[in-house]
Amino acid sequence: MVNRDKLRGKLDQLKELCQGAYLIARREIRDQLRDWRILVPIILLTLFFPVIMNFTANSLVSFVEKYGAHLVGDRLIPFLLMIVGFFPISISLVIALESFAGEKERLTIEPLLCTPLSDQQIYFGKLGASLFLPLASSYLGIVVYLIGIWRMVGWQGSFSFLLLIFVLTTVQGLVMVSGAVVISSQTTSVRAANLLASFVVIPMALLIQGESVIMFWARYDALWWIALGLLVVVGLLVRVGLSQFRREELLGRELDSINLKWFGKTFWKNFKGDAKNIREWYHNELAKSIRASLIPALLCGLVICFGVFIGMTQAKVFVLPLETMPQSSTFELITGRLKIIKIIPVFSASLVWLQNLRAIFLATLGGIFTFGVLGLLILALPFGIIGYFMMSMTHIGMSPWVFLSAFVLPHGIFEIPAILLSGGAILRLGATFAAPPAGHSIGEAWLITLADWAKIIIGLVLPLMLIAAAVEMLVTPRIALWLLSH
Amino acid sequence: MIETVDLSKEFNGVWAVDGLNIQVAAGEILALLGPNGAGKTTTIRMLTTILTPSRGEAFIMGCDIRSQSEQVRSHVGVLTEQHGLYPRMVAREYLEFFGQTYKLERNKLQKRSEELLSYFGLSDDREKRLGQYSKGMRQKLALARALLHDPAVLLLDEPTSAMDPASARLVRNTIQNLRSAERAIIICTHNLAEAEELADQIAIIRQGRLILQGSPSELKRQLSGKAQIMARFWAQSEDQLPYLGEEAILLEHGTDFLRYETEDPERVNPLIIEKLIQQGYHIYSLERIENSLEEVYLKAVENETGDQYG
Repeated sequence: MVNRDKLRGKLDQLKELCQGAYLIARREIRDQLRDWRILVPIILLTLFFPVIMNFTANSLVSFVEKYGAHLVGDRLIPFLLMIVGFFPISISLVIALESFAGEKERLTIEPLLCTPLSDQQIYFGKLGASLFLPLASSYLGIVVYLIGIWRMVGWQGSFSFLLLIFVLTTVQGLVMVSGAVVISSQTTSVRAANLLASFVVIPMALLIQGESVIMFWARYDALWWIALGLLVVVGLLVRVGLSQFRREELLGRELDSINLKWFGKTFWKNFKGDAKNIREWYHNELAKSIRASLIPALLCGLVICFGVFIGMTQAKVFVLPLETMPQSSTFELITGRLKIIKIIPVFSASLVWLQNLRAIFLATLGGIFTFGVLGLLILALPFGIIGYFMMSMTHIGMSPWVFLSAFVLPHGIFEIPAILLSGGAILRLGATFAAPPAGHSIGEAWLITLADWAKIIIGLVLPLMLIAAAVEMLVTPRIALWLLSH
Repeated sequence: MIETVDLSKEFNGVWAVDGLNIQVAAGEILALLGPNGAGKTTTIRMLTTILTPSRGEAFIMGCDIRSQSEQVRSHVGVLTEQHGLYPRMVAREYLEFFGQTYKLERNKLQKRSEELLSYFGLSDDREKRLGQYSKGMRQKLALARALLHDPAVLLLDEPTSAMDPASARLVRNTIQNLRSAERAIIICTHNLAEAEELADQIAIIRQGRLILQGSPSELKRQLSGKAQIMARFWAQSEDQLPYLGEEAILLEHGTDFLRYETEDPERVNPLIIEKLIQQGYHIYSLERIENSLEEVYLKAVENETGDQYG
């Protein structure tokens, strides 16, 4: 009964969301239909462009068939179909930039924000409105092209292929529009939004080139995977867009000017906190940041475990050549072989420390731009290698746990917690863009998280890594050799 | 109906509004006065839940602006500083669209739209694109939008700016007519005469802080300082300099008037009348000069500047 009420409540909420979004979308679509600057290119791309593509396809197919290159003709027709579908949806980017940044610039958004409509209703309404005309035009263009090509050369695509083109076109449109919303959130003028649009245009251009190559290879299954990947990107972009499309953010002007003084002040305020000395800082401020990063650190731990697992499975696929494995119990031979395959490090402690820090900073940089994902992957990579060696050691009869205890755990006691904590901080840093805490602007929330990251790195990770590097150089080899020789 | 407690908003380390405490009861009109950048629009944006306060709280019809934002917005009618009309829409569509956001019933909405368009003299232009509207027409339509759902709280940012005198008078009359036992109104304005005419209370803010609040007459009294008195008499020779004694300062004089100031008019005025009669002046009127709201406003702002930088 309770569940049914909950479900009904959820459905009512969804209905409410759809009604508000429909209201916004209807107004915007009506507006677009009155703007000749949008209508003319859409009509041209819907009705004339497919006919030109039909002509191109027909001419090229006739040409290549003269030389018996039927395959080229066969691959060209689906490729042009994809292009016919893509061109009209490229307009969705312009419409979305105009819809989001344009309303901010003209300040027509303020009366809208004063209505009882929620941020989500306005966001989804605008998203739908930006997609509607370009997608309708794209589908219509595809139909015109298909009819034309069928009449000219009798080509008929399979249902699964047509479905693929339909899905790919729709998802690409969604990527562009949801990307445009994120861009528009960072500006208060259409001009600035257009300048930033290259962040969408360039990756999309590269994607289309990649898809074209795959199209000529006829690896349509790969295109399905691309569509799936794009759908994940859409999910993330919509999440970011929703978090940034907030009343507070929309009328905030902080993005138009870089206030370094404020950046520094906010960062320092959150970095130092209320601490009066180092002891207080460690006891109160750092502890607070660690508490906030515990769950992300746990998530990082799971990713690392998954990395180990993947490494172990790969050891069966890519078997390490036996001649590189330590098969003799001779002490020198073992160490010699281990050095060859670089299990025993040949660097100094400071170099190891710097190398580990470089990895952490690289992970941080990657994490910032990928919602933390790339950061975690960079951190998990060495664990994949550890997993690989653990399993490889079984080929010579050594227990993977002995390997772990000998080569990883002695310094890992210090290094692994440091990696987990920095992973948690990196994940938070990246995820702040997608889910900023309530009551803070995106910029402010990010600076707070950056301060937390800095506290953890400076206060804990740097010293732990230093200890780990010293242990790795001075203690681990001895323990490893002792264990192996016994 | 409207209550703010220590309402504050910080932007990048600068307090745009700092500890604002105001109360507007039903039936009252409060005018928010202040120079550009004083924090008037930020206050309105917080009250309409567009901006979240950095500190303090505010309630509209008992609803918390932080936790009950949608209810707050449904109670409030807002005339924004920029009217924000869609240039490719026509007036009828525009009002219908906003009415639908307030979930007004279709027939009721049409009737209400027609009423408002007719009231503001826009009926003949209801099918005209808003891009073709004059500034005054746009302002009237924006006001019609704010009134569409008959809100209990009205927040009007510069309601008569860019209007011709006749339209401004129409809007002022409208605001007077909107005053009712069930409605509270806040007006942000630079037009001091308008504030004096419409408002029951005036709040002067500067650099985000409330520096003065009260009824127009209270504020005048508070800031008027020494009383200024104007005496009028039958024309005398220009050469004659009137002597007023030690307790009044002569500020200005002509052939048929003189203006002086004194700290205790009730006691000093009879003495001065006596002195002037002795000097041969035939006095026929004596009146106290009231400070205009403009003088009060400038004085308040100057005082505050003096306090801060002087």
